[in-house]
Amino acid sequence: MMMWLKDHLAVLPVLLPAITAALLLLIGDHGAGSRSGHGHRKLLWARRLSLASAFLGLLLAAWLVQRAGSGELITYRAGDWPAPFGILLLVDRLGALMLLLSACVALPVLWYACGGWDAHGRYFHALFQFQLMGLAGAFVTGDLFNLFVFFEVLLIASYVLMVHGQGGARFKAGLHYVVLNLLASALFLIGAALVYAKTGTLNFADLALRVPQVSGPDAALLQVAAWVLFVVFGFKAALMPMAMWLPNTYASACAPVAALFAIMTKVGVYAILRVHGVVFGASAGASALTVEPVLLPLALATSLTGVLGALAARTLARLVAWLTVASVGTVLAGLGLFGTAAWGAALYYMLNSTLVIAALFMLAELVAAQRGEAQGLLVPASPLAQPTLLGLMLLLAAASTAGLPPLPGFIGKLMLLEAASGHAWAVSFWAVVLGVGFLTLLGLARAGSILFWHVRDDAPVAASAGGSAKLVTATASLLLASVLMSVAAAPVQRYTEAAAVQLMDLSAYAEAALPEQGGAAARSTRPYDGRMPSPPAGAQ
Amino acid sequence: MMISMEFLLATGIGFVTACGLYLMLRGRSFTVVLGLSLLGYAVNVFIFAMGRLWQAAPPILSQGPVFADPLPQALVLTAIVIGFATTGFVIELALRSRADNGSDHVDAAETEGSAR
Repeated sequence: MMMWLKDHLAVLPVLLPAITAALLLLIGDHGAGSRSGHGHRKLLWARRLSLASAFLGLLLAAWLVQRAGSGELITYRAGDWPAPFGILLLVDRLGALMLLLSACVALPVLWYACGGWDAHGRYFHALFQFQLMGLAGAFVTGDLFNLFVFFEVLLIASYVLMVHGQGGARFKAGLHYVVLNLLASALFLIGAALVYAKTGTLNFADLALRVPQVSGPDAALLQVAAWVLFVVFGFKAALMPMAMWLPNTYASACAPVAALFAIMTKVGVYAILRVHGVVFGASAGASALTVEPVLLPLALATSLTGVLGALAARTLARLVAWLTVASVGTVLAGLGLFGTAAWGAALYYMLNSTLVIAALFMLAELVAAQRGEAQGLLVPASPLAQPTLLGLMLLLAAASTAGLPPLPGFIGKLMLLEAASGHAWAVSFWAVVLGVGFLTLLGLARAGSILFWHVRDDAPVAASAGGSAKLVTATASLLLASVLMSVAAAPVQRYTEAAAVQLMDLSAYAEAALPEQGGAAARSTRPYDGRMPSPPAGAQ
Repeated sequence: MMISMEFLLATGIGFVTACGLYLMLRGRSFTVVLGLSLLGYAVNVFIFAMGRLWQAAPPILSQGPVFADPLPQALVLTAIVIGFATTGFVIELALRSRADNGSDHVDAAETEGSAR
């Protein structure tokens, strides 16, 4: 059994949620609209199954991180077809880390959703698992086209989750979200097809070998492909000119969904790192560092716009959504420095910011639920039922987002600032990262003082008895996870740095992905022009 | 004078893409969905063309002298299936948005001078 599990380890993170989702569909839905939804037997079983699967997923991701941590590249060939011809799954340190991050976000979010949101619509748990499947697939896949396929899987699940709970505002924001993402998918296909036309392969390992060999006018076309893909991934990651869809979408979605979506922008970050950091990276010959001139400036602009949006936000959820943009900007700025130290720092910061942003989305709803009619609006209203507990959690999250010591947000930003020293953009980088941290603190302090101190005495005390234990523990556990990252900063930082170093080791990657073709020495007859020199021996 | 197949295909894809983009920029959700579908068709043909243009060449290994590249054909099949599913979904979503918001404008509200 263990041997079998080990052989199929790389595909398990995809299979587990897929099978769970299928089982959840078989269990069926409790039926939307039925008032007895919360205690329905089908819903209870769906919750148990979904939670158990998410917990297993967490263990699996931890196992993968532990194995990948030794530097091993875990490969899986679907149907045992050799790469680059078959479908290859490959888990390296980065992939395993992303899997662990999504599992760490998914479990508390699911626990939170079990506190009531999952009864407000149909098939929440099945869709949640499909989303996890898409996320896992995007992180383990070893080729560009399957990245597209898993993007679609996670997006289709996210389209439905986005409008979970329904209501006019959600459908409006949902329509924008879906249409824009379909446009991005079309561009993704154009980019992938162009890459294939010029290199004859879509496998990441093979691409990293072929792209440097393309030169002249072909290289120009290949760079166009890189730019098209950059637009797509930048859109997913909420890079600035393409980020305007995010705040409204995330603020309209219900809290657990928005919290889960915190990981979705990171899929874009991951794809930029994988494609533009490595395949079109420093050693890509004529196409080397294609997006380098714009990534850093755009990322800094993203960070600034995000924090300005947060300052102008009128509701708490919208403020958090804008902070998502700001934090993604900081992560991408780290990526834009193009160096292993900067990448390691950016990954560390990304882990923490994802956890904290997810916690903030849930916290925003907890707070809003206790403010009577004012909801999340940032206006003086009735006092909260649990001011101390929620206030402390908001303080912790705010300090971590803004980057105050000794929280991990501070450690991450410090590492980023250190990595930027000596870079041509160092001064603007420092100014933006520090300024954004300060403005974040300002925005959250403004929100906090309105929510907790500017209470109207004439307003009736909120009828709510306070968030249920499930909701509070779910939110607190995410914050706790982020604080643990501060305690375990040294090993985590070593791991992220090693992940960044491993990304640059193209020959080891090729060795693992293309063993039959001779690893880095692999030859290719592609791009295929139809003039095969001679039919292969034995071919009919 | 014969128009080359490459020219015909390239302009065809360009024209359909342009139409798709134009429709996507309209204000009604129905035209936006139509635009998305047109864009999807253009992209599918584009993927197909990225495997080079062939005449009378099977996409399988045989005794013949030339074989068409089978991979883009497999890719385009995947893209068609996904595009079909997502189009179905976006139509349903547009209908729900129309029902809940009382307007089929993409911003769900009639505004002064909103695009027809």
